[in-house]
Amino acid sequence: MSGGHVVRLRVNGVDHEAEVEPRLLLVDFLRVQLGLTGTHVGCEHGVCGACTVILNGDSVRSCLCLAVEADGGAVETVEGLGRVDDLDPLQEAFREHHALQCGFCTPGMLMTGIDLLRKQPLASDGEIRAGLSGNLCRCTGYQHIVRAIRASVEARDGD
Amino acid sequence: MKPPPFAYLAAGSLDEAISALAAGDGEARLLAGGQSLMPMLNFRLLQPGLLISLNRIPGLGGITENGGGLRIGALTRHAELERSPLVARHFPVLGAAMEHVAHLAIRNRGTIGGSLCHADPAAELPMLMCLLDAGITAQGPAGERTLAAAEFFLGALTTALAEDEIVTAIELPALAEGCGWGFEEMARRSGDFALAGAAAIISLTGDRVSEARLAVMGAHPTPLRVAAAEALLRDQTIDEDTVRAAAEAAAAAVEPDNDLHASADYRRHLIGVLTARVLRAALRRAQGETP
Ligand SMILES: Cc1cc2nc3c(=O)[nH]c(=O)nc-3n(C[C@H](O)[C@H](O)[C@H](O)COP(=O)(O)OP(=O)(O)OC[C@H]3O[C@@H](n4cnc5c(N)ncnc54)[C@H](O)[C@@H]3O)c2cc1C
Ligand code: FES
Ligand code: FES
Repeated sequence: MSGGHVVRLRVNGVDHEAEVEPRLLLVDFLRVQLGLTGTHVGCEHGVCGACTVILNGDSVRSCLCLAVEADGGAVETVEGLGRVDDLDPLQEAFREHHALQCGFCTPGMLMTGIDLLRKQPLASDGEIRAGLSGNLCRCTGYQHIVRAIRASVEARDGD
Repeated sequence: MKPPPFAYLAAGSLDEAISALAAGDGEARLLAGGQSLMPMLNFRLLQPGLLISLNRIPGLGGITENGGGLRIGALTRHAELERSPLVARHFPVLGAAMEHVAHLAIRNRGTIGGSLCHADPAAELPMLMCLLDAGITAQGPAGERTLAAAEFFLGALTTALAEDEIVTAIELPALAEGCGWGFEEMARRSGDFALAGAAAIISLTGDRVSEARLAVMGAHPTPLRVAAAEALLRDQTIDEDTVRAAAEAAAAAVEPDNDLHASADYRRHLIGVLTARVLRAALRRAQGETP
């Protein structure tokens, strides 16, 4: 029972199937099994947000989710956003506004930002900051990340 | 920082989960949102033989109106409580408090049942259930029973739930028409577990208090309804002196510990300050004003 669970997962639109141990974390399924190392692992207990991905439309901590729990679901990771020569508008805003330095927190920041931009009005910077409160950044001081998301809100709302 | 090995069952029905839990003989654990359990597994603080996931049981989530109040399925996520128009209409204090629970991604997974069963002394939902006189319904091999929130929380991380029982739903009885509410907490960083918190409900008849409820958290092994403070407010016209007396009663009622995050004295002080704030807010709302 502790081996041999088949997990079927659509990751960034591509279907995957693998047999895994129940204890395998979703983040390790993505990084080790699928080689998608864009999703980072920091604390492995839910406090840093580096591992944030979108599962069935909601941002989640992939270090606090078992791969078997995600079975049958759809995951979006940073690899699904854009490529170096074809950035997603949010990635472009991060570049434009210097919203990253070492980049360790960035995949989690981006996926959280995507979830926020899809669902929330983000009328004030306070709302943006509240939405990002679960994502730690040791480099930027957050100011520029908030600015990048503010710019994306304006682009989204067409003003 | 990886979980120890365990067997895994995605229960397809409540009955399947109940039988597997009973057959697990103390070695099995229920998994809901995983937002408290997974960190403990990653730290290897727990080594269950079997994890029984509740996440694929149909009908275990959802919020429905029930006799003027609400019935909330155990698997309802924090984020659903935060966004629910039904919660906002019937129990605005509950919806408003949710933004203080952890962070976006954690609220997207964490469930009300998991939070109540985990019973962290600084968790918002256990305190709110005490405030709202919730009934917590559990099912086990022996059948179903409903526990009052006040008798559910026995100590830090300890509840009255039997080892083979599963919380299925929370019943919130209707509040008096026009009552006011207040919620406040103090946390070092937004989304962290609070150092202390308080919540109140006040109903007025004319300018007299017909009902007063006060609950506090974070400064006692369990969430606490402060009967002594409620008695000071009932049938009174509230002024600053009554608020101050109730705040003192609340601070006297808790038994906080010293820990890494705050001294016992500071937590006690916070209970007094936050109690005064939630009472003022609840009073203003009961008077039809915005605090
Ligand atoms: C970084 C971080 C910050 C957090 N901050 C806060 C905070 O500020 N306030 C707060 O309240 N919480 C906070 N939490 C905890 C979070 O709210 C959890 O979601 C919640 O405590 C547990 O709910 P869950 O559904 O994830 O339960 P799980 O982790 O799945 O389970 C918790 C426990 O309850 C048992 N259980 C679960 N469901 C049932 C059921 N239906 N019947 C019987 N037993 C059951 C499990 O076996 C386990 O023992 C935080 C978590 C993290 C990681
Ligand atoms: S690695 Fe998941 S939250 Fe830090
Ligand atoms: S850019 Fe270095 S941690 Fe955020």
